[in-house]
Amino acid sequence: MSYTAANLRKGLKIELEGIPYEVTEFEFCKPGKGQAMYKCRIKNMLSGATMEKTFRAVDKIDQPNIESKTMAFSYKEGDKYVFMDNKTYEQVELHEGVLGDQRFFLLEDLECEVLFFNHRAMSVALPAFVIKEIKETEPGARGNTATNVLKPAKIDTGYEVGVPIFINQGDFIRIDTRTGKYVERVKQG
Amino acid sequence: MRTPADSDALRALRRVLELRAKLNEAIRRFFRERGFLEVDTPVVLPANAPEANIDAVPAGAGWMRTSPELAMKRLLAAGCDKIFQLGPVARAGEHGRWHHPEFSLLEWYRADAGYLEILADTKALLAFLARELRGTTDFTWQGKPVSFAQELWEKAAVSQAFIQHAGWDPALTFAPDRFDLDLVTRVEPALPADRPVVLIDYPAPLAALARRKPDDPLRAERWELYLGGIELANAYSELTDAAEQRARFEQANAAREKRGETPYPLDETFLAALAQMPPSGGIALGVDRLLMILADADSLDGVLPFRNG
Repeated sequence: MSYTAANLRKGLKIELEGIPYEVTEFEFCKPGKGQAMYKCRIKNMLSGATMEKTFRAVDKIDQPNIESKTMAFSYKEGDKYVFMDNKTYEQVELHEGVLGDQRFFLLEDLECEVLFFNHRAMSVALPAFVIKEIKETEPGARGNTATNVLKPAKIDTGYEVGVPIFINQGDFIRIDTRTGKYVERVKQG
Repeated sequence: MRTPADSDALRALRRVLELRAKLNEAIRRFFRERGFLEVDTPVVLPANAPEANIDAVPAGAGWMRTSPELAMKRLLAAGCDKIFQLGPVARAGEHGRWHHPEFSLLEWYRADAGYLEILADTKALLAFLARELRGTTDFTWQGKPVSFAQELWEKAAVSQAFIQHAGWDPALTFAPDRFDLDLVTRVEPALPADRPVVLIDYPAPLAALARRKPDDPLRAERWELYLGGIELANAYSELTDAAEQRARFEQANAAREKRGETPYPLDETFLAALAQMPPSGGIALGVDRLLMILADADSLDGVLPFRNG
């Protein structure tokens, strides 16, 4: 299967020389008398590195064999993170380098979308928000409801996140896994 | 048309409309004061100049004009020696930050002149328009200094620019795909962003409607104007040899068929008139892109209120 350059758009996944890339930026360009081209910034989905690539309208571009499967985070072993398909009990491992900051937001049994490239686990997409307990922070100033002044706080995985002054140790907060930032306090035991 | 959401949006809309009206008025005044006659030629045509990479928008039994060039050259052949036109053209499929399928094109032609006289006109025009719209030839575009002062213009031969930035001379061994790719990825990004730059003397296979240099048949008397890597204008010493023009149109149609596009009919009235056309210089300048720069917008979105998508 292949694409033509006219299919290119932000977010499209393509394959070049055996490596899967995601198009992160995309611009139509065309010298007045010349042929149409597409200037793209593409992200290597295995390493996360980005580069510029310009495609001509006539270029054929391979479509990568990428599948996605819902799997639950199971456990961590050294620098490996193990995810399991709860129906088939199939397990896959992802290295901590591939997960990056995502590893701090995993919870046991958290359902994630694991992406496979040519049937090998490549990366994982977490739910946009997770709820985490504050394990360590300065005591909260009661009544200070300002949300624009932040203080550091640690969650169970050791990740440090800026939280408003009124947050206490033992509180639960919602974190945006895409930005790694505090969203709101959650009332939950 | 986007409906202004609030008074700020309405002010922005009015500002863009006023700047465009002012730009159009200033362009007309510039040419009128220099003895040019403003002309209006048809917008729907039975035939455009066939170009390998320009697709026309069908309209009725013909097409929207991709340029008023052929009609204006018929006026040159009829004896109108200094003419200009400011109006819309359409090119199918061109859509992006610096492209819109319908855009405003300024063309002017001088009889008994060539591409260097047109260059002198262009320098004077841009300095004049910057003073009219920004009050000075030195202004900022998206936070960066730009000068339209005539003495700051740079000129680089296409061959030199390619040797320097892409490592080959396209006039000696021409490769169309490689030329376009290297132009966009290597040459254009290397051009200065603070002043107009002219790339001059194109490889003969890219002559289109320009004549070859009399002393150098590998190159054509064509230049393109850039600012910050953005193409603003394309100028020629016009080809007046009808047989050579017909052969180039046929080559362009052959290239179209190779691309899987339909070839276009030839404008026989134009080809017949070409024998009467005096040696001339001419140019097409993209008015929306120029307005984008003078209005300090970062894309055509900022100057095209009716832009769709």
